[in-house]
Amino acid sequence: MYVAVKGGEQAIENAHAWLAEERRGDPAVPELSVEQIREQMALAINRVMAEGSLYDRDLAALAIKQARGDLIEAIFLVRAYRTTLPRFGYSSPVETEAMAVDRRVSATFKDAPGGQVLGPTFDYTHRLLDFKLAADGLVPDAPVATPRAEPTPHITDFLNRDGLIQPETATDETPPDLTRDPLELPADRSLRLQSLTRGDEGFVLGMAYSTQRGYGRNHAFVGELRIGTVAVEMEIPELGFSVEIGEVQVTECETVNQFKGSGREPPQFTRGYGLVFGMTERKAISMALVDRALRAKEMGEENTGAPAQDEEFVLYHCDNIQATGFLEHIKLPHYVDFQSELELVRKLRAEAMAAGRETAE
Amino acid sequence: MTEYNYAYLDEQTKRMIRRAILKGIAIPGYQVPFASREMPMPYGWGTGGVQVSAAVLTPDDTFKVIDQGADDTTNAVSIRKFFERTAQVRVTEATADATVIQTRHRIPEQDLAEGQILVYQVPIPEPLRFLEPRETETRKMHSLEDYGLMHVKLYEDIAQHGHIATSYAYPVKVEGRYVMDPSPIPKFDNPKLNMAAIQLFGAGREQRIYAVPPYTDVVSLDFDDHPFEPTKADHACDLCGSETSYLDEVIIDDAGGRMFVCSDTDFCRCRRAAGHVGRLGTALPEAAE
Repeated sequence: MYVAVKGGEQAIENAHAWLAEERRGDPAVPELSVEQIREQMALAINRVMAEGSLYDRDLAALAIKQARGDLIEAIFLVRAYRTTLPRFGYSSPVETEAMAVDRRVSATFKDAPGGQVLGPTFDYTHRLLDFKLAADGLVPDAPVATPRAEPTPHITDFLNRDGLIQPETATDETPPDLTRDPLELPADRSLRLQSLTRGDEGFVLGMAYSTQRGYGRNHAFVGELRIGTVAVEMEIPELGFSVEIGEVQVTECETVNQFKGSGREPPQFTRGYGLVFGMTERKAISMALVDRALRAKEMGEENTGAPAQDEEFVLYHCDNIQATGFLEHIKLPHYVDFQSELELVRKLRAEAMAAGRETAE
Repeated sequence: MTEYNYAYLDEQTKRMIRRAILKGIAIPGYQVPFASREMPMPYGWGTGGVQVSAAVLTPDDTFKVIDQGADDTTNAVSIRKFFERTAQVRVTEATADATVIQTRHRIPEQDLAEGQILVYQVPIPEPLRFLEPRETETRKMHSLEDYGLMHVKLYEDIAQHGHIATSYAYPVKVEGRYVMDPSPIPKFDNPKLNMAAIQLFGAGREQRIYAVPPYTDVVSLDFDDHPFEPTKADHACDLCGSETSYLDEVIIDDAGGRMFVCSDTDFCRCRRAAGHVGRLGTALPEAAE
């Protein structure tokens, strides 16, 4: 016999206690430390930092541990923490040309100043399960090359010199801040890029892939992909000049895309751009493709109705914290709405059945 | 960091939200964009309502949270505990004692009074969204007061089903100007939108706040020959016998037997405490004393 809803509070507490126990797993197996996650799950850390929009490896590791390895849950923990942090200023734009490069490849030129640097990549590994890893994780030391001291110029700069690629105009305007102002459309490119860099990797990848398969095609070459460390500088008003406040690892991708030229402009290549925290090259390449697709209108391209060219579609749906929250909220009680639907369907059915009887008679 | 600011949000953010609320009150039914923050609960779980509550709560307030009309549903418990912890407010289940009531999907049965604030959690603030998915288009339609699409939809319902086939989140027109989504309350609750309390609507994920000031004219959309009709299950509450309250249907045995109970748990409890007994109810111990 139903009496009244009671016991919600106790149920929540018990559920949380059980969750904590499940998170720990078998206590006979040693517990993972935050340091182990930080060092050995680096790519998961990178994704959490990128989509959580907070560059902090230790917090990302803690979030992954707390979230039992559910990366979207970990990203959520980081975002919810980040939003409480005071905003004391903005850094200067990072100079990726001055990046200390760990990896740098170009698909458009066989060689260029700075060279091709493969770096620590999965590319060309044979995807065979390495059962040795299950036994021990000892690895031989990797050979070391002398790091390049001088800046590594961007590949697109070489094309730009000949006017072969559409130039990007530099501006000193302060870009809008997606985390401080509500998203309003049409969004400018810097806002779109902010949204994409913290967008869900799977979503951005899917959108990018769709452009490759013809939904808003604008064939892309990876002009350059570089991963490395850049200095973050901030102008301190009291000092009147910039000081370096730290370093971040980023992945930058510039694509070189086809463009036939319109009535107004001579034929030249166009660009897509991706910049993401950490070593996150799948995301950075995807981002560059989607960025280019979203520039369709600005480039005067035909609107084919492709999802990846639709700014409203992409920007409103790429955030996995928004998406997962709304998706999962449908497991919350909806007794009241459902009851009103029940009444309505019963009423409509009764009327339809009565009308059916009348016609049958 | 272990200490959070009063009511969780920092003061700058609260000020930004209060400005949006004031603008909303000044333009009843208009959706004000605001820079919604990530909250420590998921989007879609009341983050808009929580941010509005955080911006209006003071240490002198008494706070009530209901979900589906009930104080003890899990998400209501979770939100109430959040503010108990971060804003040190008194909490209550008694509708009349609360100064701020956060709700999901219901308006309390008991009339609200001046001085009270009702905060709604809103999933999709745009009443035209399922007719036109583009925000850029719907904003244009609101500014031009172009609500033809909505009337066509309601008309098509009648042509197809003989009735307007919207039973919750039933669209209303506020003070003769903006068409507004009252959040997914059953249409039974729509007439109560004309009230003495301040009504604030928060949509966190969609970054919108809107408001209905006290004594504002709120009209449910209808046609002269198909007037708006609030509906509920054609039963009385099996616990307290109320014939006027909105009811939940509960399945009670394998044979599909069911009972109907008030969705507003505080309303039902008060009636039972006052000695009312429904078909399957028993007198409450305090009433028996």
